[in-house]
Amino acid sequence: MPDTVLKLHGITKRFGRLVANDDISLDLRRGEVLALLGENGAGKSTLVSILFGHYLADAGDITVFGQPLAPGDPKASLAAGIGMVHQHFTLADNLSVLDNVMMGSEPLWLAFTRKRAARRRLDEVARQFGLSVDADARVGSLSVGERQRVEILKALYRGARILILDEPTAVLTPQESEALFVVLAQMVAQGLSIIFISHKLAEVLRVSQRIAVLRGGKLVAQAQARGTTQAQLAQWMVGHAIDVPRRRPAPHAGQTVCELRGVSTAPARERLLEASLTLRSGEIVAIAGVSGNGQVALAELLSGTRAAIGGEVHFLGRPLPAEPSQLVAQGVARIPEDRHAVGVVGDLPVWENAVSERLRSTAFSRGFWVRRGAARAHAQHILSAFDVRGAGADAPARALSGGNMQKLILGRALLHPASTAVHTVTPRLIVAHQPTWGLDIGAVAYVQEQLIAARDAGAAVLLISDDLDEVLTLGDQVAVIHAGHLTDARPATAWTREAIGLAMAGAPAGMTQPVEVAA
Amino acid sequence: MRLEKRHRQSAFALVLAPVGAVAFTMLVSALLVLWAGAPVTRTYGLLLQGGFGSVFALSETLTRAIPLILTGLAATVAFKARLFNIGAEGQLYAGALAAVAVGGLHSGTGFDQVPMPLLFALMMLAAALAGALLLLGPALMKQRLGVDEVVTTLLLNFIVLLLVSMMLDGPMKDPTAMGWPQSVALIGDLELSKLIAQTRVHSGLLWGAGLALGVWALMKYTVLGFDIRAVGANARAAAFAGVPVTRTVALVAMLSGALAGLAGAIEVAGRTGYVTLDMSPGYGYSGIVIAMLAALHPLGVVLASVFVAGVLVGADSMSRAIGVPTYIADVIVAASLISVLVATLLTQYRVRWK
Amino acid sequence: MSDLLDILVNQSFWIAVLRIATPLILGTLGVLLCERAGVLNLGIEGILVAGAFTGWLAVHAGAPLWLGVATAAATGAAFGLLHAGLTVGLALSQHVSGLGVTLLATALSYFGYRVRFPKVDTPPTITPFGEMDWIAIPVLAQQTPLTLFALVMVPVIGYMLYRTPVGLAVRMVGENPQAAEGQGVSVAAVRTGAIVAGSALMGVAGSFLTLSAFNAFFFNMVNGRGWICVALVVFASWRPGKALLGALLFAFFDALQLRLQQSGEAALPYQMYLMLPYVLSIVALVLVARKASYPQALMKPYRKGER
Repeated sequence: MPDTVLKLHGITKRFGRLVANDDISLDLRRGEVLALLGENGAGKSTLVSILFGHYLADAGDITVFGQPLAPGDPKASLAAGIGMVHQHFTLADNLSVLDNVMMGSEPLWLAFTRKRAARRRLDEVARQFGLSVDADARVGSLSVGERQRVEILKALYRGARILILDEPTAVLTPQESEALFVVLAQMVAQGLSIIFISHKLAEVLRVSQRIAVLRGGKLVAQAQARGTTQAQLAQWMVGHAIDVPRRRPAPHAGQTVCELRGVSTAPARERLLEASLTLRSGEIVAIAGVSGNGQVALAELLSGTRAAIGGEVHFLGRPLPAEPSQLVAQGVARIPEDRHAVGVVGDLPVWENAVSERLRSTAFSRGFWVRRGAARAHAQHILSAFDVRGAGADAPARALSGGNMQKLILGRALLHPASTAVHTVTPRLIVAHQPTWGLDIGAVAYVQEQLIAARDAGAAVLLISDDLDEVLTLGDQVAVIHAGHLTDARPATAWTREAIGLAMAGAPAGMTQPVEVAA
Repeated sequence: MRLEKRHRQSAFALVLAPVGAVAFTMLVSALLVLWAGAPVTRTYGLLLQGGFGSVFALSETLTRAIPLILTGLAATVAFKARLFNIGAEGQLYAGALAAVAVGGLHSGTGFDQVPMPLLFALMMLAAALAGALLLLGPALMKQRLGVDEVVTTLLLNFIVLLLVSMMLDGPMKDPTAMGWPQSVALIGDLELSKLIAQTRVHSGLLWGAGLALGVWALMKYTVLGFDIRAVGANARAAAFAGVPVTRTVALVAMLSGALAGLAGAIEVAGRTGYVTLDMSPGYGYSGIVIAMLAALHPLGVVLASVFVAGVLVGADSMSRAIGVPTYIADVIVAASLISVLVATLLTQYRVRWK
Repeated sequence: MSDLLDILVNQSFWIAVLRIATPLILGTLGVLLCERAGVLNLGIEGILVAGAFTGWLAVHAGAPLWLGVATAAATGAAFGLLHAGLTVGLALSQHVSGLGVTLLATALSYFGYRVRFPKVDTPPTITPFGEMDWIAIPVLAQQTPLTLFALVMVPVIGYMLYRTPVGLAVRMVGENPQAAEGQGVSVAAVRTGAIVAGSALMGVAGSFLTLSAFNAFFFNMVNGRGWICVALVVFASWRPGKALLGALLFAFFDALQLRLQQSGEAALPYQMYLMLPYVLSIVALVLVARKASYPQALMKPYRKGER
């Protein structure tokens, strides 16, 4: 008789008019991995935040190991045995691993810290679950995989019996993900129960015993993993049958639009090292890789916000212009990775954001003065052509939802002021950095369609994505980035998942027989 | 205790906020009046009367408001770009010194043969430049080296004041002032004319109003204005959009410093005629309060300046009559700042007790 | 040059150095506590004034000296609580809130002084702390007890920060508040506690001016010492030991410029000597700017539940 360790009953949470969680009831059994599946915005993060005490539910109750859980208090959740590994690690870079792990585990009124005992316990826990780590290392110096291990150890150190993992493989290579799954199996063997949040269908089926699907705040399905298909999961997630994205081969590649030869950027958190790449019109070149390996450097280099210190970058036969305004004027369309922090200036109105890149051009300014009429007109054009909803032209840009904000950014990048209904001016080069991150399936499809359409109209597209499926589906040519080095670009059909995984981890890529792409 | 963002912000609340804040401040200050042993209503009555109750009172208030408008604009421009210029006091004195250097220090140089309009323009330019350069240093240190500009601009205030003292003791000393530390006087023709006869209100008021309008137009209608607002709101996103961030911050610093420098020059040319060590009772710092009260709106700065000036002038007059120390004005101004901050926040967020 | 040597050899010079350093040590430690927890406290200049005034006023009203110090500490704590309410509770801009506290504390102090003493030609005085004859160490023996308190606070704060759970919590809250919250530590409580404690220290620093260094309260007696403490914290890389070093170094130059002025050479106008401390502070800031390892969450407002 599997005993229930966790019972959520009727959990409801509203943020203003948005119902993030709608009367959700769920069980978790001992030694089980329950996957929580859903699109972005479906309510998964909200639900586990309530469980962990970051948020207070408006209705419903939670029972842990038979005892009611005091709501809205991380301390209570921790004491009840719930631990959480956040998607964005909550670690202090300037402190040591030991400090990060033990912080908060001792009462604050104590006059001294029992460091030796803490160290011993950390070693014990690490051994028990097969996670090795250097207790005195400064967290800021660790790799992403190691930092995740520290994040997991934090929870295990506090004696968590129920562990919540929020999109844990988002930052790992396929091989590192495998290693994580081994650790999860260890935990389950020791009697822990796990809630595994993901939006990756294949992974969910592989790792979990049971799957709960959330859609629009409601629990729409629960099923055993055995016997369920990806298509079934996708249908539950979206509410209707959808086509699994198919490859649409490029008509033919044209001239070279942009070329990198042995480019290096200055040492920093991420950099490029002697990277070479050719971008041709009418072709999508997709860069696969675990985020943190230099993608930011590559994107910023071609966006005008980072300089090369070695090698050459050519655009249309001439050296790449150094400044964003010049790049935009010459036909480079940029979609940044972080739409909130870099893509728009949140406090400024939508219409100003819509023309921000081209403000210095004669289209929207006459010397000192802004041509407000022309600017507002173009902004309206973008809003209607790209179906940007949720806020008017004068509302601050931060009022837009993620999907609408991305559509605004897309429209700003792709819609040229001189384009008319009859004659569209297509960008020469599109630099798209994680363009579908954090979007729901509908918005993802929209963005991908726009990129493909631009390619078909002759644009050269550079797509940087940590979603391997997206890379292999959209990319005509695929290269892998690791520690700042770029592999040669090969046709997407010439890569296998293993080969890409190895390249992502830095192993030299060998040639293998071509195998079908869909996982 | 938690803050929850409100979904609709009524325009009514936006206007009510500063008014409510000031009212709350008055209530709290009333306690201080009681402590001083004076009747509250009479005190406030005298305060209002002293600041706004007669043509004379109004003229004094307007006169006092002139440098405040300029330092308020200086703070507004800088804070819009998240450049925390706390050095307006020093920039004001630097401008005053530069003005007197160009407009007064002439014996034997032949400089006084230059036609007056040109000399006047040069004088103002020198003052603006002095203030501009003084702030440029800290601004560049912030951009290039990451040095917090709050502390550097603050420390510069003390340095500039000592410099002024040095100048007043030496090269710029007025030989006819019988040992009193004041500078050489401006040539009479360079002084600003009076706007209203028999009062001290001078044409500096027109300068102030005009510059306020200019700053407003700059922010709203020009590319530089957009650059400034973008850099202040999100410098990373601004850089991505092609805004030249370092150049914008440098321009902001020069504009802000220039405005504060002009405040000094206009005080000298309109009110005093020469520089003394105590010519500014903290106008630079008051400018910051005014900028916050006006929610960084250039036109609101004019209103806020008149308010603060009225309180300061009224307190002087009230103090002479009843004896409540003039510092109550400073308390009212400081408390208004805090109350307005809180009130404005409450229009955007709701407080939730867990 | 021989003038310089004469000054350095004279014991009274070093006594002056330690005396000048005392309020700086306490003030810097106070700012350090606040900033370690992630909050900039620009209210220090005003809190120094308020501490100086209330401490002195209590003694003038008849309280024993240590009660005066306690009053100053309580005053500092009260303004600290205000600053905490604005920056932690309401997540307002730390710069503006701090400046508001400075303006308010200064205005209230000056107002209070004038209400109490409306017309005075010479400021009324009290009997300040006496020297510590019972200590056998030279230079230290000529100091007042508050200096000893300041020196002792350095290792105390150091121990607290690095060897107690609450110190780890303070550091964590200043590096990554989300992490602290996720480990069951209340960011608001720890930050408020740090600000209040730090502000109490600032209050004591102020009281040193009126109860030890001088025996009366003057307008403009603080004269920028608060801002210098803010600069010294950066110079000290947020470590108590280095804060002591920075304060002593600064006091050294301040005492030196005073002595040089008095030595009769008068090669430069006296104002240039007075400028030296402020110029040095700016130079110190520039020198350490590149290497400064800020507490990562410093000056970023933290709103619970917004992630």
